[in-house]
Amino acid sequence: MTTETDIPVRHLDALESEAVHIFREVAGELERPVILFSGGKDSIVMLHLALKAFAPAPLPFPLLHVDTGHNFPEVLDYRDRTVARYGLRLHVASVQEHIDRGQLKERPDGTRNPLQTVPLVEAIQTHRFDAVFGGGRRDEEKARAKERVFSLRDEFGGWDPRRQRPELWQLYNGRHAPGEHVRVFPLSNWTELDVWQYIARTGIEVPSIYYAHERDVFLRDGMWLTAGDWGGPKDGEPVERRTVRYRTVGDMSCTGAVDSRAADPYAVIAEIAASRLTERGATRADDRMSEAAMEDRKREGYF
Amino acid sequence: MTTGTEHHATAGHHATLLRFATAGSVDDGKSTLVGRMLHDSKSLLADQLEAVERASRSRGQEAPDLALLTDGLRAEREQGITIDVAYRYFATARRSFILADTPGHVQYTRNMVTGASTAELVIVLVDARHGVVEQTRRHAAVAALLRVPHVVLAVNKMDLVGHAESVFADIADEFTAYAQELGVPAVTAIPMSALNGDNVVAPSAHMDWYGGPTVLEHLETVHVTAEPAHAPARFPVQYVIRPQTAEHPDYRGYAGLIASGTLRVGQDVVVLPSGHRSVISGIDLLGERVESARAPQSVTVLLADDLDVSRGDLITPVGSPPTLTRDIEATVCHLVDQPLLPGRKVLLKHTTRTVQAVVREIESRVTLDPLHRHPGPDRLVANDIGRIRLRTAEPVALDPYVVSRRTGSFLLIDPADGSTLTAGMAGESFVTRAPAGPGA
Repeated sequence: MTTETDIPVRHLDALESEAVHIFREVAGELERPVILFSGGKDSIVMLHLALKAFAPAPLPFPLLHVDTGHNFPEVLDYRDRTVARYGLRLHVASVQEHIDRGQLKERPDGTRNPLQTVPLVEAIQTHRFDAVFGGGRRDEEKARAKERVFSLRDEFGGWDPRRQRPELWQLYNGRHAPGEHVRVFPLSNWTELDVWQYIARTGIEVPSIYYAHERDVFLRDGMWLTAGDWGGPKDGEPVERRTVRYRTVGDMSCTGAVDSRAADPYAVIAEIAASRLTERGATRADDRMSEAAMEDRKREGYF
Repeated sequence: MTTGTEHHATAGHHATLLRFATAGSVDDGKSTLVGRMLHDSKSLLADQLEAVERASRSRGQEAPDLALLTDGLRAEREQGITIDVAYRYFATARRSFILADTPGHVQYTRNMVTGASTAELVIVLVDARHGVVEQTRRHAAVAALLRVPHVVLAVNKMDLVGHAESVFADIADEFTAYAQELGVPAVTAIPMSALNGDNVVAPSAHMDWYGGPTVLEHLETVHVTAEPAHAPARFPVQYVIRPQTAEHPDYRGYAGLIASGTLRVGQDVVVLPSGHRSVISGIDLLGERVESARAPQSVTVLLADDLDVSRGDLITPVGSPPTLTRDIEATVCHLVDQPLLPGRKVLLKHTTRTVQAVVREIESRVTLDPLHRHPGPDRLVANDIGRIRLRTAEPVALDPYVVSRRTGSFLLIDPADGSTLTAGMAGESFVTRAPAGPGA
């Protein structure tokens, strides 16, 4: 006899249900949560899940965008349309303003990804956010594979892997001392493929640069980077026009495009399934610096 | 096999999710098994393999050390040990998998308890040359204690015992008998060699006598019964949704994840601890109106009556409510260095409700091998399992853990610094009482 509960839950439904549960736990237990929103696919899916978790009520949290100043215009445009469409509140923490005020120094390689930590932690302190949702996934990187769903951060935003709380069942513990906060990762158990299958299933719009398009690019460290004000190309780096798409969207200076003909989510899914590289391995210069690049950034307060 | 040879596989839209954990030490070949599963199911990508090869070479190792895949922290790589549970993800055409890879030695009880708490299946590894050893029985006991519905005994290194059927059969029989005595509902034993890839993803050419599935085939096809079919419905309220907008002036929905059973529109329900009764007038399944919903779906429930319901309350059908109690007997695993002492004031977090509590008595410390209760310890230290009695400041709607992993589990939290101290499971946690003497 087959009873109703014998019907297995499909994997995307299970992941969706889990993420919604996490959002509602935070809303129920913490005072001043905020959602980090970069306009990248993970934060877009995260926002979509948050809207679902509280519908038909408006989203009970604001968004925070850590703006490196090296943004893809398509992504900024997407961000602003999304904020307007759902009537959201948006805070922007600007790397450029910190550089202009002399609080941050441009790096010799022009990469601004590691510079995001200071404006992020400062914004958290200024607004007294006690829970910060991030789109990080455990499948992205091996330090993230050990991250909790609720991750305690000290008053400097730092992550101490040895101070992590054991996390059992679906019982999350967001208690923290004044000045500390928790980073919360509702997509912890999602993979890149899950994110794209969810985008395909729900028809969520993502910025156009996630799909194949023609673009002037140049080759650096084995990645196709976009020419732009941030400092590329240098001498001897010829620019060519190629059909590419972005697998991840971050700071323009360290996010590479991949050759692609994938024009819709289903084509993207097929392409990722055939890829022999992880998304960070294929497209992120910042993770290539050392074996512990991500762990070190996280200890300093990075996402 | 369902995995492709060219591409790593994607779970289809209709694929299900299996959460499983592995237990065993490096010596049993656990990392090799995990690495082999990821590699042979094409879930391990070129840059990850290259990184492992590079790191292995820099340590003077000739062969790629697949343990480096999961040892993600600097301290782990420097000390060559796994400190923390690592989560890994892979998919075949039939299923998506979340693997909690738990370290074998350091803090192993705490880590395995953590990994097993959400697992629907645990793979316990043994070395075919050594058979069932103390650690194997401990792993079985943790799986039983955490009520993991399926246990796989992976008898590894069969190549080193001449692929002998009798060796496998003896180990399988001994383990199965022990696990059943502990109350593990389903045990599957599989002979394999992780190093050679025998019976991991592809069937072995050396063990014709074995007609069962490979490890991956079993993971792909095992019938997951993590949600007990006839469990009464439990709905802990997480959050009250009140839009108070022009469009929805009177909407009042109770958001939560169904912890067990099925909720239906029209069902007569009671709200605990208040005891107020009402009828479910609507269920929103993330934007879709449905007639019924079941565990573990996140939904919003609407009631016919205007009641005072808030976070921490439990909505449940009348007729089979849980026990409302302030006195809790439980099996616990203590998680932190700071010991748990009688008289200790704690916060008890159960479903969506957190209440003050005091540890009234630590009745016994439980050793897992042999499985034995040692009465009257003065404290529990990190990685200890024990039986305790708690008294809460307010009533808690508790089910026995053997009935429901979600509504029978709780955490003890330090009220001073907020740290998670102890994981608890209400009621008798082993189906059969722990045997009184050694040699179990």
